[in-house]
Amino acid sequence: MKRGLSIFNVASLALGLAFLYLPIVILVIFSFNASRLVTVWGGWSTRWYAELLHDAAMLDAAWVSLRLALLSATTATILGTLAALALTRVARFRGRLLFSAMVYAPLVMPEVISGLALLLLFVAAEFDRGFWTTAVAHTTLTMCFVAIIVQSRLIGFDRSLEEAAMDLGCPPLRTFFTITLPLIAPAIASGWMLAFALSLDDLVIASFTTGPGATTLPIRIYSEVRLGVKPEINAICTIMIAAVTVAVIIASLLSKRRIAASAGEGTPGAAI
Amino acid sequence: MDIGDAGKPDAGRRRDFAPWNDPAARALVRFKGVTKRFSGITAVDDVSLDIHTREFFALLGPSGCGKTTLLRLLAGFETPDAGRILLDGEDLADMPPHRRPVNMMFQSYALFPHLSVAGNVAFGLKQEGLVREEISARVAEMLALVRLDGMGSRKPYQLSGGQRQRVALARALVKRPKVFLLDEPLAALDKKLRQDTQFELMELQEKLDVTFVIVTHDQEEAMTVADRIAVMDHGRLVQVATPPEIYEQPNSRWVAQFVGDVNLIEGRVVASTPGEMLIEAKAGGRLKVASVSGLSAGDAVCIALRPEKLRIEPVKAGSRGGDNSFEGKVWDIGYLGDVSIYKVRLDNGLVMQAAVANMTRMVERPIGWNDRVTLTFAPQAGVVLTR
Repeated sequence: MKRGLSIFNVASLALGLAFLYLPIVILVIFSFNASRLVTVWGGWSTRWYAELLHDAAMLDAAWVSLRLALLSATTATILGTLAALALTRVARFRGRLLFSAMVYAPLVMPEVISGLALLLLFVAAEFDRGFWTTAVAHTTLTMCFVAIIVQSRLIGFDRSLEEAAMDLGCPPLRTFFTITLPLIAPAIASGWMLAFALSLDDLVIASFTTGPGATTLPIRIYSEVRLGVKPEINAICTIMIAAVTVAVIIASLLSKRRIAASAGEGTPGAAI
Repeated sequence: MDIGDAGKPDAGRRRDFAPWNDPAARALVRFKGVTKRFSGITAVDDVSLDIHTREFFALLGPSGCGKTTLLRLLAGFETPDAGRILLDGEDLADMPPHRRPVNMMFQSYALFPHLSVAGNVAFGLKQEGLVREEISARVAEMLALVRLDGMGSRKPYQLSGGQRQRVALARALVKRPKVFLLDEPLAALDKKLRQDTQFELMELQEKLDVTFVIVTHDQEEAMTVADRIAVMDHGRLVQVATPPEIYEQPNSRWVAQFVGDVNLIEGRVVASTPGEMLIEAKAGGRLKVASVSGLSAGDAVCIALRPEKLRIEPVKAGSRGGDNSFEGKVWDIGYLGDVSIYKVRLDNGLVMQAAVANMTRMVERPIGWNDRVTLTFAPQAGVVLTR
């Protein structure tokens, strides 16, 4: 392996990272701005975080988003795991290719189209749009991400582990819960985290599918920004960034640990 | 069953152990006309086979010959397309893997990575719903038997390859199966460890009195451990016999070539008397071998000669090649330490291989490259093959 970094590598890395993260860093810094004017630096302060606590509408929206993310991530994890199991485990069934393509479609579908399609569906079915319709929409959006993560784990899964369990007298269903599930649990957990983060920061689909009384945090922020950026917005955005970052880091740590564990399986005497 | 105090097994028991020759003996496992196809490919083709109680039975063949499929059929992971499999007289057709009184050791060992060594070994006993005290007693006993005492709390990834292999052994054997199936159990071990483990497996089998069925592509391994070997090719059984029979009396060219090294000489029967048979080699020259019934003059045969049964000597001046004596030139020498392999190009064009045990300590050998040599063999050394 090549050691060290050339100047070109360092420069391109720095530029790339700056392009990605400079706006976010500026936003985070300005959330600690004492001045009411967003573009003028007035010294360090946490007053906007304190003021957020009194902004009932914003807190309400945050609460809606949190419940929505918890619910849709959990449902999406269950459905996505089942889809992954069907795609990897069930011996070739009719329409398998179609099914696998359909599971992945939301990944590449423009969100506007997904949102619009769901809106038309809910209108046609005469559902009252609100919290539950958004939960359904987010589930369909995030399910495919869970399916992909869990499927990749299942593909690398040594089937002889399940056969060994059955050989030792364990019935198939119990084998799933005592052997398969614990071993794919890290993938399921990281899928859940990703689904949670995706649901928490979705604006487009939620704005199509939600209704009065269920304003999510991104929608609330977006509508406030249209009236002018207030420093509280910077503060709430910083909190959201922190939440999503933590979720993504946990998700990647879980999948790292899984890789390390399976690497350990492969090297005899690794820990002796 | 007393595992701990079984002691050194009675050496005499093995010598007389031959239930397959006893017409009254009832087989423990019976395959009856079993066939298994995978999308058009016949992996197991009409196999009928009896395996007896306490037998150490080996399925031997090149990769893809169907030996592992046969094992998986017995374990219940595959269902036969035709034929029946009986265990202790009971048809296994409707019995799912988790109810079969057989246990398998997987090639990958398939240890549960999220469970400790003791957890792995206890897994099968927990499924039986045994009380905690009995489980821990039997786990401890089994771990001691495979020399893993004190390792119970380790995780599989903290073990060496040899230790994992013993955990896999313990995990299956602790269930006290009627038949213990081993799928290429030693393939992942290095040669030295593999040889030691082969002897351990034999000792373990005698201590536990369990029927072992091992799948292997390594003919030395099969010869070492097994009471009987079934040689398989393309899903069919080619020969089922004891290791000495397989080696000394192969029933076909294929078996002779697959098990050990062999020189094959194609020829035709010239004359057959009750004692000896005279064969004219296609490449030229005459061979005398012990006669085989059912062959008469003119029949095409093949003579199989194991390299170690050939005598190799420098050509003596004035001697003339008679029957079972071929002259040639040393073309290549392989020095393996214990034996030397001489490849000799005969004057009739054939290349023959002779193995000579290096019984004395000598750095320089009397026979070198390009030396003229004579190869001779006793009439009993040649095996007459018709298939």
